[in-house]
Amino acid sequence: MSQDLNYLKETPSQTAGPYVHIGLAPGAAGFDIYRQELGWDICGPNAKGERIRIEGVVIDGTGSPIKDVLLEAWQANAAGIYSHPEGGGDVEEGFRGWGRVITDFETGEWGFDTVKPGATRGRNVGMQAPHINLWIVARGINVGLNTRIYFDDEMDANAADPVLNLIEWERRRATLIAKRTDRDGQIVYRFDVRMQSEDETVFFDI
Amino acid sequence: MSKPAEFYQRDRERHPPALTPGYKTSVARSPRYALISLQNSVSEVTGPVFGHADIDPIDNDLLSNYAQPDQSPIGERIIIHGRVLDENARPVPNTLVEIWQANAGGRYRHKKDTYLAPIDPNFGGCGRTMTDENGYYYFRTVKPGAYPWRNLVNNWRPAHIHLSIFGSGFAQRLITQLYFEGDPLIHKCPIVNTIPDPDAIAQLIARLDLNATIPLDTIAYKFDIVLRGRRSTLFENRLEGN
Repeated sequence: MSQDLNYLKETPSQTAGPYVHIGLAPGAAGFDIYRQELGWDICGPNAKGERIRIEGVVIDGTGSPIKDVLLEAWQANAAGIYSHPEGGGDVEEGFRGWGRVITDFETGEWGFDTVKPGATRGRNVGMQAPHINLWIVARGINVGLNTRIYFDDEMDANAADPVLNLIEWERRRATLIAKRTDRDGQIVYRFDVRMQSEDETVFFDI
Repeated sequence: MSKPAEFYQRDRERHPPALTPGYKTSVARSPRYALISLQNSVSEVTGPVFGHADIDPIDNDLLSNYAQPDQSPIGERIIIHGRVLDENARPVPNTLVEIWQANAGGRYRHKKDTYLAPIDPNFGGCGRTMTDENGYYYFRTVKPGAYPWRNLVNNWRPAHIHLSIFGSGFAQRLITQLYFEGDPLIHKCPIVNTIPDPDAIAQLIARLDLNATIPLDTIAYKFDIVLRGRRSTLFENRLEGN
């Protein structure tokens, strides 16, 4: 016998289930209950930087879009500052950097509007390329999946990014890089997530 | 500038694996490659901050937050209360806790739920609150009913409440489900049984807490939630690589 360490154990995860919208996006479930739902406005009206939109689908192992996904985004502002006491500084009034988005029940398409984040400081030295942290939950997902959205017009920063470089297989790094298009003057990045297949998106244990 | 302390590594033995064939939907929705392990950077140790301006006091009272004036939802009146702690047993204050559930008949107020039990006109089925400075939270609601679901032909979900918790960093983000002590359906449930460790399953079962009941009014269950803990830096941490 020896002493007990007396740490508590983390509460285990369970799937968000098919009705996650009731709790986290009740308007999508079909009813209006709160004064305001949280997470629909990621960056607020005063955020500096380039206004962008990110769109995608989450594709299951059969190649079909998942139509009951909920995603949460967590990002720095254009200066690379997170809205948090340890985020590295002050952010614009109204900038939270967190958003919640659900898929269209018919098509599985999701999308959100934000500003393009700036580079953030690395764990030790150097900088992390601009990225948005993504957390994905749905029926059938037992533990929320973490991934990152990078940007294809940041090639130099991406090449130096410590997290992308941690991925041993270079071809898999491409699964994290959103593709920029111009849609009638609006900047839209495409970011599809694949749960399985040889192009399976890289998911992180953070 | 001091570096933010990291969170303890998530104990994946305690969580369900991604692929759990007994819960059929997980088969096509589970990654096949291993997760890439990432040491925490500023992106993981930070997370959204919420304040009382984001929510309203009534939001944690599911007995009244969707009810008509002077009416209440049908069902057993219950209090769910407890603390949000980290693995160091420190309270997690001022963090957002959101819940959702079926009504007493096992029916969700959701346009995709077609179960034959009726919608309760006085019950929405969601609530949210912030923990106080001691990590304490509470909700008032009705006990949800069990309901059938399509997995095997005859699977029934035990009565449960879904919970979403934030913590102080995005790495702590958690969604889970609360079950009720004594429910014979718990250990027959394929979703519960995605968790391989019986001790971990027990952590999801709320205990009847007679001390917290309101006599002649509302019965209580206690449910503590534990999020990942953070390292304290006793010595300068020599970090290798990036």
